[in-house]
Amino acid sequence: MPDYLATVDWARAQFALTALYHWIFVPLTLGLSFLCAFYESIYVKTGNEEWKKLTKFWMTLFGINFAIGVATGIIMEFEFGTNWSNYSWMVGDIFGAPLAVEGIFAFFIEATFFAVMFFGWNRVSKGFHLFSTWMVAVGSNLSALWILVANGWMQFPTGMAFNPDTARFEMQDIGAVILSPFAIGKFTHATSSGFVLAALFVIGISSLFLLQNRHQQMAKRSIAVAAVFGLLSSLFVGLTGDEAAYNVAHKQPMKLAAMEGLYVGQENAPVVAFGIVNSTKRPGDDTPAFYQEVKIPGLLSLLANREWNSYVPGINDLAFGNPARQIPGAAVRMANGKIAVAELVNYKAAKKSGDAPAAATALARFSQYQADLGYGHLTKAAEAAPPVATTFYSFHIMVVLGTLFPLLFLVVLFHTMKGTIEHQRCLNSINIFALFLGYIAGMAGWVVAEVGRQPWAIQDLLPVQVAATKLASGNVQTTFFLFLTLFTVLLIAEIRIMLKQITIGPEA
Amino acid sequence: MIGSLTHMQLQELWWLIAAVVGSLFLFLTFVQGGQTLLFTATKDEQEKALIINSIGTKWELTFTTLVLFGGALFAAFPLFYATSFGGAYWVWMLILFTFILQAVSFEYRKKPGNLLGARTYEIFLAINGSVGLILIGAAVATFFTGSRFTLNEYNQVTWQTQFHGLEAALNPFNLALGLLLAFLARILGALYLLNNIDYQPLNHRLRRAAWINFLWLLPFLLFVLVSLVTMDGFAVDGVTGVVAMEHGKYLNNLLAMPVVACLLVVGLLSVIYGVAAARFLDKRSGIWFGGLGTVLIGLSLFALAGYNHTAFYPSSADLQSSLTIYNASSSHYTLTVMTYVALAVPFVLAYIAYVWWQMDSKKLTLDELSGPEADKMY
Ligand code: HDD
Ligand code: HEM
Ligand code: HEM
Repeated sequence: MPDYLATVDWARAQFALTALYHWIFVPLTLGLSFLCAFYESIYVKTGNEEWKKLTKFWMTLFGINFAIGVATGIIMEFEFGTNWSNYSWMVGDIFGAPLAVEGIFAFFIEATFFAVMFFGWNRVSKGFHLFSTWMVAVGSNLSALWILVANGWMQFPTGMAFNPDTARFEMQDIGAVILSPFAIGKFTHATSSGFVLAALFVIGISSLFLLQNRHQQMAKRSIAVAAVFGLLSSLFVGLTGDEAAYNVAHKQPMKLAAMEGLYVGQENAPVVAFGIVNSTKRPGDDTPAFYQEVKIPGLLSLLANREWNSYVPGINDLAFGNPARQIPGAAVRMANGKIAVAELVNYKAAKKSGDAPAAATALARFSQYQADLGYGHLTKAAEAAPPVATTFYSFHIMVVLGTLFPLLFLVVLFHTMKGTIEHQRCLNSINIFALFLGYIAGMAGWVVAEVGRQPWAIQDLLPVQVAATKLASGNVQTTFFLFLTLFTVLLIAEIRIMLKQITIGPEA
Repeated sequence: MIGSLTHMQLQELWWLIAAVVGSLFLFLTFVQGGQTLLFTATKDEQEKALIINSIGTKWELTFTTLVLFGGALFAAFPLFYATSFGGAYWVWMLILFTFILQAVSFEYRKKPGNLLGARTYEIFLAINGSVGLILIGAAVATFFTGSRFTLNEYNQVTWQTQFHGLEAALNPFNLALGLLLAFLARILGALYLLNNIDYQPLNHRLRRAAWINFLWLLPFLLFVLVSLVTMDGFAVDGVTGVVAMEHGKYLNNLLAMPVVACLLVVGLLSVIYGVAAARFLDKRSGIWFGGLGTVLIGLSLFALAGYNHTAFYPSSADLQSSLTIYNASSSHYTLTVMTYVALAVPFVLAYIAYVWWQMDSKKLTLDELSGPEADKMY
């Protein structure tokens, strides 16, 4: 019997690797496509060739980034089948649809108009070219929509029912899948975080030009547009992030508890403004959760329930139950889940032997417990908790940066309006540095969302070890290192090409 | 209207839609063919640049069609997606690797500071155009020859060989279909470039390339056709769903579905005419005949594999684990929703065609490569 547990870990590692690589390039695509569209609109409106030159410069960088974004995307499309084949069968009825819709509605828009955007300057009219640039921006963001609908559904499965005959979940209401609060929250938050990153990208590189006394005019023009775009997007990111946390509090309370390292539930629950997580702490023991911490009382209750004094359950409550608060806890849900799993087996056996009444009884009992189906696969209640330190730190890094970015955009905008931005050497250096922070914030966000929902592939219904393909782990391990090598080489190539193009600048 | 279709009708419809997308992908592999011609049909850097910039505006379309093919199969036949991708792991992984290589190569090949050098990116393109297509062909061929997997009662797949799909490349039929695809792509590539580029010396060589690759294609084509009409196939009992081997199954399918037989014959003739028109009639429109022919041949292959009580993804290890379009599909609800979505496909095709026409109404010439916009070229 091959070691399928190791397979799960390699499959997770591989998914994390490929997804994080994909996410290096995707947010820039999401935002820079719009910035290119803004710049080109100004060019078309004013007819000023300088704006055209500027547009083309950012488009060149866009193209370099886009190619590798596509390269890292194709693997993700097929990875569900290769590494998560049980998952693909069990939820493919719901999950496959957004992926296919994405292909039809989004990727073709990108693919078609991308060619015009890059090769069409002399082949189509000015107006049609501008239209194409806008379509690339719309298409890119539509692809984000559909994949985030799919991801949102994994965090909060809705609009479906379990079919015991096929042993899979089947879709019942596409509207509920698309309009789920998670889908909307993810789409708005993730795309606007991409806008923020792109604004930081344009401002960072333009600041480099200002520091080097090159292309001053072009840099200032780029910054002016990007700073406005960045400021608005970063405010929106904060707003939608708050909404995301509210959703998490209600549908994934365990994730929320891990985000704040809250082990024991309480009213007036605090946000840990600063904390060093005690890495030896386990759910249920008495050790302190933090070595050091600075708390803001009530803020977590406010975030979770929009009410200062409300109760927020902790990891221990959710793992071991809290009867006083009517929280069943993972331990009870595991027992329920085991009944559900067993009744499913009984149902199958009865069905096979043609015993209709027995099948009906088994099915009735199964339906009673099916909401806890996934818990039936867990072996310890503590397994229901995600890695706390990772979730906590990523969340806090993201939120701190999310608070700083609007301020930065505001300062940049102020100096741009005053016309003194080219003299702000310190600010311009910070701007370059902020670009890296932008990447970190986005990555951290995904780690919160994905690590925080462990052990679930589908929240409460399908734990990762059941979702994975039955393959000897060596196969997945090998492809993991193949991807690591290949993507790293391509990333280095991409960065070198980018830097070279930046050095050449818009003159070429 | 769509709401009243039965589950069975929807399953058949979705097999048709998958077939259309798959066949369009085969047509669009002219990009892959063009990538391999980069090495064999050119004399200098200028000619390479012409080829790269000609297929460079189209590669994303091919790529996206492949992605859509995967997505459509996932949505409509999730059990196939789970079984094949999870089982024939290495074939699909290697195919994906070649497409990752392709996706960066156009953009990075000529950019300063590209780390690996132009030559390496050209080799990447050639690998994608050859190995990638041969493996895709071999994977499609397992629709007819079967794979060694079993499914348990929860439909979880276990592969019975440790090679996870690589064994498919050792079957002569699979390999022949793979090579057929690769040569067909080269023919289509030559025909497409001939139509898209205005440069006499290159055009002359492309006409010859179409013809020579056609001669290379012939033995594989004959082998595949003869095998197909003589081989045993995986038949499904219409009532019980039991799978059994049937002598001459695919020949029987051809006879039972004369439309499919027509598609196949017309498709073959159309490709032949496309090649002949380029080589002997001094025409440049061969690509349209070659492309149409390829789509028709593709449709007929999918129809043979999936319709008329045939298991489209058969298991040679355990016949009863074989997948049919009925037992591998999504629910009635999902297929209905997806069918509404598919109503958008003609619209998508229309705007692609419009943009294609806008962009290609002017042929690509050497002048354009050195003009004021040249810096934006690949
Ligand atoms: C549409 C679905 C989807 C989307 C958009 C993403 N993921 Fe995910 N992710 C999964 C679906 C998924 C998954 C296949 O379901 C995994 C594998 C096991 C699991 O629980 O979820 C997963 C696991 C997973 C893990 C491993 C967690 C762990 O094992 O502790 C990480 C770090 C990420 N993902 C990160 C990301 C990042 C950075 C993404 C952004 C691009 C991302 N995911 C998008
Ligand atoms: C599991 C998750 C994902 C899968 C399966 C996936 C799949 C893909 C594929 C196949 C491509 C290439 C498409 C082409 O042919 O052009 C792609 C590109 C793209 N994806 Fe993803 N993707 C995933 C996650 C995401 C997320 C989370 C976002 C955004 C929020 C996103 C946004 C994009 C965008 C904008 C592109 C365009 C090219 C670029 O990246 O620069 N994707 N993706
Ligand atoms: C005020 C600040 C912010 C708050 C309160 C916030 C909140 C959140 C929360 C709660 C999640 C998890 C959602 C889930 O698990 O479903 C999340 C995810 C995420 N965040 Fe933030 N965030 C903030 C700022 C930022 C910034 C500045 C960026 C990037 C520039 C960013 C990028 C992301 C990304 C990419 C994800 C994953 C996608 C998603 O789940 O929507 N966030 N954020």
